[in-house]
Amino acid sequence: MLAYVARRFVYAVPIVLSVALVCFLLVHITPGDPLVAVLPADASQELAAQLRTAYGFDRPLPVQFGLWLWKAVHGDLGNSIATGRPVLSEVIRAVANTVTLAVVAAVIGFTLGLFFGIVAGYFRNTWIDKVATSVAIAGVSLPHYWLGMVLVIIFSVQLNWLPAVGAGPGGSGEWKWDWAHLSYLVLPAITTSVIPMGIVTRTVRALTGDILSQDFVEALRAKGLSETHVFRHVIKNAAPTALAVMGLQLGYMLGGSILIETVFSWPGSGLLLNSAIFQRDLPLLQGTILVLALFFVFLNLMVDIAQASIDPRIKRG
Amino acid sequence: MTKLVEVENLNVRFTGERTVHAINGVSFSLGEGEVLGLLGESGSGKSVTLRALMRLLPKKRTVINGSIRVAGRDVLALDDDELSMFRGATVSMIFQEPALALDPVYTIGQQISEAVIRHEGKSQREATARALEMLEVVRIPSAKRRLDAYPHEMSGGMRQRAMIALALACKPKILLADEPTTALDATVQIQILLLLRELQREFGMSVIFVTHDIGVAIEICDRVAVMYAGQIVETGTLRQIVRSPLHPYPRGLLASTTHGAKRGQRLETIPGTPPSLDKAPTGCSFAPRCALAEARCTEALPPAIDVGDGRMARCVLAERIQPASV
Repeated sequence: MLAYVARRFVYAVPIVLSVALVCFLLVHITPGDPLVAVLPADASQELAAQLRTAYGFDRPLPVQFGLWLWKAVHGDLGNSIATGRPVLSEVIRAVANTVTLAVVAAVIGFTLGLFFGIVAGYFRNTWIDKVATSVAIAGVSLPHYWLGMVLVIIFSVQLNWLPAVGAGPGGSGEWKWDWAHLSYLVLPAITTSVIPMGIVTRTVRALTGDILSQDFVEALRAKGLSETHVFRHVIKNAAPTALAVMGLQLGYMLGGSILIETVFSWPGSGLLLNSAIFQRDLPLLQGTILVLALFFVFLNLMVDIAQASIDPRIKRG
Repeated sequence: MTKLVEVENLNVRFTGERTVHAINGVSFSLGEGEVLGLLGESGSGKSVTLRALMRLLPKKRTVINGSIRVAGRDVLALDDDELSMFRGATVSMIFQEPALALDPVYTIGQQISEAVIRHEGKSQREATARALEMLEVVRIPSAKRRLDAYPHEMSGGMRQRAMIALALACKPKILLADEPTTALDATVQIQILLLLRELQREFGMSVIFVTHDIGVAIEICDRVAVMYAGQIVETGTLRQIVRSPLHPYPRGLLASTTHGAKRGQRLETIPGTPPSLDKAPTGCSFAPRCALAEARCTEALPPAIDVGDGRMARCVLAERIQPASV
């Protein structure tokens, strides 16, 4: 098992490198001059050229990539053009906020999704199944930014129970796990949890139904196991696939939703990306994308390892 | 009190989008230490009969009528708890596809010990010891190592041996075998049959062995019940049925084997196809395919005629046979 983990980590290296290259190129391929954002409209050619040299944009692309990668490996992702602050600290702060949102949303979404999915799978084609499936389809189909706005209208504007935007009473300051801060998290977390809830419900429903129709379940009953024991077998059989789906969903959520974070002004990576794009803040954009992409690589790695440790049929040798 | 299993006038109907009368008035009994073969083609109701004995059929879509007594208990009256304690301990079952009947994510050892813990309340350690003992009983080589093996790490024959070890782990009185050799190679098939016969004697079990293969039945069965369209059309000792079948269906079956067939000559077949079972039969189900059918065959259900010597045939032709002549 340890050798398997080590091997998976080694395999991840070329993936990480290609991810870095794609991040770098994507930003450079997109049209638009990054200096437009910082230069005054009437700036002279010389000033523009000076700044270009200062930021290193005049160098050939491979050299720029090499330099960027070298610095990135040492933890320096450059400074934001718009704010002048180091990209890394900006990204870390935003990612921390997104992680808070994603984890809470995942707990809500996965708990409900697993519950609905298992119940629907066990009571296939009954009214219970139909209710759970309808909830799942609604969850996947509703545009989440629309749902977010509707929730704001109901709970913030009409009922005035919960704040509509921001991440705490002091604007976007330090996050604390108290009600004053948590109340800001409720609406975005519910909005974020809806899609994973739907997807997990559908996956687990299909899985449970499929496993229950397999021969070995009849064999388990034939050897006299109680339904609770049979249920345990069903869960263990469903776990690898369910975990893979949940890992992927958690990954999407950790990436941050530009739409949801913009609707709720949640100071996470989605909102950061949004402003970086609109301000043509190249270093910030590259840095954020890189960190998020690495996150995905890491997460997939974790899911693979978790799966291999549960399902003996996945080769570890 | 010598009969371990007594089934009387069993009817099983599946409801749902389409109603299927899977079992129509089946009666049979099984003595202590006896091996009964249920012989018939696919869809004749062999497996359904077997599952009815353990009430393994899906509760919601199945209607069971009649009486099933196993080891002195009324199976149809057991509640869920009694039923699960009855399964695996009094009666256990082995399946056609060991690859599918074993849980793929549990080791063989876990799957066996689980049943032992459930039925005998043993500790994990004692149950694992029993699992090892059972793997040795079914002669799995390097049994100790196999305890930690997953089903996909074993060959088909090995898996079926493990399945047998699992089924026998709690020393059941009756073993139900649902075509346990059909999915195996011919050479492995005979090994498993020999093993089953040996274990049956060693454990003094009674066995109901479902198969569509007369050759397999010959290897293992004392007595055979031939099924057709959810009914038992003939019962008798294997010798009687193979030598002188009374009912035209087993006669046709025996005529269509490759034994004694000549090269270049067509095999004899039974014309037609089995009836659909969406209505309960009102006459002989085999009559449309029977060369000897008479008018009365389709008018009423042919009676089960006892021709003596424990032999029964559900056919009007059997009336002509004098019990003394057998």
